[in-house]
Amino acid sequence: MTMPAPTRASTPTSEGYNFAYLDEQTKRMIRRAILKAVAIPGYQVPFAGREMPLPYGWGTGGIQVTAAVIGPKDVLKVIDQGADDTTNAVSIRRFFARTAGVATTEATREATLIQTRHRIPELPLNERQILVYQVPIPEPLRWMEPRETETRKMHALEEYGVMHVKLYEDIARFGRIATSYNYPVRVDGRYLMSPSPTPKFDNPKMDRMAALQLFGAGREKRIYAVPPYTEVKSLDFDDHPFEVQSWDQPCALCGATDSYLDEVITDDRGGRMFVCSDTDHCRRRRDAQEEAAQ
Amino acid sequence: MYVAVKGGEKAIDNAHRLMGQTRRGDPAVAPLTLQQIEQQMPLAVARVMTEGSLYDPELAALAIKQAAGDLIEAIFLLRAYRTTLPRLAETQPLETTRMTVSRRISATFKDLPGGQVLGPTFDYSHRLLDFALAAEGPDTPPPAAPEGSPPEVADQPMPRVLSLLADEGLIQREPPGDPEARVGDITRQPVDYPAERDVRLQSLARADEGWLLGLAYSSQRGYGNSHPFAGEIRQGTVAVEIVPDELGFAIEIGDITLSECEMINQFNGSKTEPPQFTRGYGLAFGLAERKVMAMALVDRSLRAEELGEDIAAPAQDQEFVLAHADNVEASGFVQHLKLPHYVDFQGELATIRALRREQAEAAAGKDETP
Repeated sequence: MTMPAPTRASTPTSEGYNFAYLDEQTKRMIRRAILKAVAIPGYQVPFAGREMPLPYGWGTGGIQVTAAVIGPKDVLKVIDQGADDTTNAVSIRRFFARTAGVATTEATREATLIQTRHRIPELPLNERQILVYQVPIPEPLRWMEPRETETRKMHALEEYGVMHVKLYEDIARFGRIATSYNYPVRVDGRYLMSPSPTPKFDNPKMDRMAALQLFGAGREKRIYAVPPYTEVKSLDFDDHPFEVQSWDQPCALCGATDSYLDEVITDDRGGRMFVCSDTDHCRRRRDAQEEAAQ
Repeated sequence: MYVAVKGGEKAIDNAHRLMGQTRRGDPAVAPLTLQQIEQQMPLAVARVMTEGSLYDPELAALAIKQAAGDLIEAIFLLRAYRTTLPRLAETQPLETTRMTVSRRISATFKDLPGGQVLGPTFDYSHRLLDFALAAEGPDTPPPAAPEGSPPEVADQPMPRVLSLLADEGLIQREPPGDPEARVGDITRQPVDYPAERDVRLQSLARADEGWLLGLAYSSQRGYGNSHPFAGEIRQGTVAVEIVPDELGFAIEIGDITLSECEMINQFNGSKTEPPQFTRGYGLAFGLAERKVMAMALVDRSLRAEELGEDIAAPAQDQEFVLAHADNVEASGFVQHLKLPHYVDFQGELATIRALRREQAEAAAGKDETP
């Protein structure tokens, strides 16, 4: 199997709609919010999120951010759970192929713009790439304090003790921190930030990432950002340092031992296998193995 | 060997085809026309227009048809269309005192200037299935017209019940609006809590009827003391006016049908205010009496802070009420659980297996000790 080349959308941009669906005024409003977010890393900037033709909770924030930053020359990759072929990733990729007529790709290294839900690609990203996260709940303190009026104050005063208490309670009850995804991070030593529901396995990739990271929460109407090469630190304790998930076995398809694995149930008698969640990573490794074998 | 499931695109296409068939039903049955929906399901159309925040009966009918009768899906369709429309002008405030009423009732006074007009309502009907409707065909004569002469209500201003009370100083006066100040716009500005009443009322106007109904009901059952009276409910048509820049004076651009409710609530007074009645307000497109009554109750509950009341009940808590009131948001987020969560679930699996292993090992260690 060889790497598919970026495909140019065959159908022209949808009639009656602006490039990438949103009108230019709306894009300008979103870009202003993005600029502010980049200037204050990790700070949640309110923006006047629009209704999109896709449901709330299905990536409307990410879609609006992508629509605001995408240009005709961009090459777009969309992943959900690390995979390009999950139904919602297909739907969002089609949306931009249809409304912006941009090239799309499944190859991480060819993409200039990657919209993601729940994963960061295994391949390190570079400076000419932008990673757009779909965020359901942007407020990391929400589970401790449901009120926006309160959490706003806590951020302003850097009052993040409750989060440490929560992690400490995990250790007291379970002997370890039991948060496995959406693991809170501190950005540039200032704002506490939700990485979106990515597994904590991906947290170290956010730290000093070369690519610009943009986060869009459509329903909650918030945008935040991590500029390139910014420190992103996962919260932990001196005696309980941050650690990521690991598996006892390698990927059943490509043999990777360094990637996040999905568990696939193969029968009803407890049979299971583990495969890379990042489909591009897995395919790239298998292609390389085939080439080496020839 | 396992190969990751491919073919998402084809599956999506086919799923949409299947939904198209489900929506259409038996092709031997004539398709619904938009006119039929608009004319014969006006209350569904009203709800879709109100919560879709767009007054357009024809598009609402189209949305209902396309959504196969799922009104929340229809509301979503209309919202997603609405958001692409340019802003051409802002209307003048609607003057509902000059409404051409089809219905106007007050539960607080037996008679009042302008009179009680029952108008079209399900009230006082016995909810017995009308099997005659099942047999209705093109030759069935239309429903009988009302008997007697219509009440003379047209064209004279109909004073509001609440302003009659206000003349006596018995009801709290609405703070005078600043005509220069811009009204908030939740479609252009994200809601910032605590929200002012203009923003709250906008949110309530597009809020899910079921949500408001439940909250309003809770406020009547002791979760927040509302003690309400339906001061006035009116339905009818009101002229919409704009002032074009090039003219400099107001012109009518059409009529819209509205339902309006003003609730009167007890208030014991506070340190700064003498005992008096207070108000709650509800407004919606079309015939939407249940919605506006519920909205008025919730509006009043949300004025707790302004009136110096304790905020103890869910219906008084504006972040709780407003942040969860939009059914397009709620429906999307609840249903996003259908999307794959393999990655997060894998993280949880790994954690729970590790925790159980540690616990089992600890238990085994305990057993070994004599």
